[in-house]
Amino acid sequence: MDYEISLITTIGITVMFALSLNLITGFCGQISLGHAAFLGLGAYTSAMLCQAGMPFWLTLPLAMLVAGLLGVLVGLASLRVRADFLAITTMGVGFIFIGVVRQQEWMGGEMGVTGFPGSGLGKTGFMALCLALAALTAGLSLYIQRAWMGQVFKGIAEDEDTMRVLGIDVPRYKLAAFAIGTALAGAAGGLYAQNLKFIGPDSFGFVESVTVLSMVVVGGIGSVFWVVVAAAVLSALPGWFQFIGDYKLLVYGGLLFTMMRFSPHGLAGIAARFTKARTAPMPGASR
Amino acid sequence: MFFVELIAQSLVQGSIYALIALGLTLVYGLLRILHVAHASLFTLGAYIGVLTYNATGSMVLTLLAAMAVSGLSGVAMFRLAYQPILKQPPHVALIASIGLFIAAEECFRIIFGASGLSFANPPLQGQVQLFGGLQFKQAELAVMGGTALIIGMLGWLQTRTRIGVACQATVSDPQMAESFGIRLTMVRDLNFLIGSALAGFAGVWVALLNNLVEPTMGSVPSYKALAIIVLGGLGSVPGTLMAALVLGLVESFGTVYLGKVLDRNAIAFAFLIVVLMVRPQGLFAKR
Repeated sequence: MDYEISLITTIGITVMFALSLNLITGFCGQISLGHAAFLGLGAYTSAMLCQAGMPFWLTLPLAMLVAGLLGVLVGLASLRVRADFLAITTMGVGFIFIGVVRQQEWMGGEMGVTGFPGSGLGKTGFMALCLALAALTAGLSLYIQRAWMGQVFKGIAEDEDTMRVLGIDVPRYKLAAFAIGTALAGAAGGLYAQNLKFIGPDSFGFVESVTVLSMVVVGGIGSVFWVVVAAAVLSALPGWFQFIGDYKLLVYGGLLFTMMRFSPHGLAGIAARFTKARTAPMPGASR
Repeated sequence: MFFVELIAQSLVQGSIYALIALGLTLVYGLLRILHVAHASLFTLGAYIGVLTYNATGSMVLTLLAAMAVSGLSGVAMFRLAYQPILKQPPHVALIASIGLFIAAEECFRIIFGASGLSFANPPLQGQVQLFGGLQFKQAELAVMGGTALIIGMLGWLQTRTRIGVACQATVSDPQMAESFGIRLTMVRDLNFLIGSALAGFAGVWVALLNNLVEPTMGSVPSYKALAIIVLGGLGSVPGTLMAALVLGLVESFGTVYLGKVLDRNAIAFAFLIVVLMVRPQGLFAKR
């Protein structure tokens, strides 16, 4: 039972993390190649505050706050650069985060942080917390998607200039997408640190950023349901098949490429093709 | 003296960056694709180089083999991976490219082993004394000389030959170029061939300078080269060259003076982000 519990906990955290990126990249069309930095920032904030004696439940909102603040900063930077540059800028943010953490002794340096106090919830309780927060994130995503904000996000993803002409304050909505998405990633980071009981700079590198992007892309950029499915399956697969465990990166890379080459709208696109329920164009299909 | 040595080292580093980034710029200028998988051709060139040199012992043959294999693989990559998705929004090609790059790195690991290969007896290792007690390895001098030669040739090709002018026409307006009878596919093939061959050439020299070829040797150059073409103002060849040298300098001096706070990659990307905030169009672009 222990194995299943830890697997479900991991899936819950991964789903939450993937949904947080989906808000930025899926809904609002802003490609981020450094999202793991925000997971890391949340993880470090929560772990170090726990170590300083703060109760775990109190560190989560602070992890969200810190990650969200950096997210707004990156969002501000993103307003100045055009789309092609944004991917590289966010990639740079990821490298800077790792580079800084690696050189800071008080953040554990290369060795990472370990031995911080637990959540006091027990394994099952912690699993329930992770699942509840993941479900909450999914609910929030669905709510945003249907709300005015989600419509504007979709408009920005499809045609930014038209939205500007319509009198929409595009920068404000972009910043909102970054703030919400990165804050949620920060919360996922707090759970991540608590789940593994160990964090180091290598857990939040470029590969992790691409992994979470692959979940969003394989699911179908912008589709909440299929992103949840993709994140759950992709995070569970390595444990189920030892073959995939060893060749994990090959499978991720291959999946990313195959999806983009043959079905740019991901699983959601495939599903839509089968059901023919598709009347409006897929979200995220800009131009 | 220390100062001069630093500058000399950054010239070597800058030459290598320039060789890799040139191919990326050519591809970006033509197709507006951020070609992350370019670095896998650099790694491929390095592997082919080491294998050929250990088998034949001839440096000329080694360079030719590496450039031919990398160049042709580049064309194959364009035909099989990019050409079918040119009509999709730009993030599709970017993500496909990242997937391809990750899968390629894993293939290198599976085929050639994780520990890497090295030259049985590496050539051009002797030290050369230059003016003022400045010392270079023969291989380092060869890299700088080779880079200058190749760039000179490319410049001549671009401005003085029919095919070069055709390339320039295609960059500035593909439709117009096509209606004037320029075969777009031929121009694109040629750009991938040349750019990828340069990456293979760089791979051999990096392999020789470190006397080591690893599956992951392409990761760092891949991200750095992206930073360089963004710095140079995407798609501009002279800008890319200048940016490569500038980044070489910034890294060498940054590591000495900021090494305690940031690692090498973080310095490069911090520089990139600062520049982008001040000049969003890149260092050397003319708007």
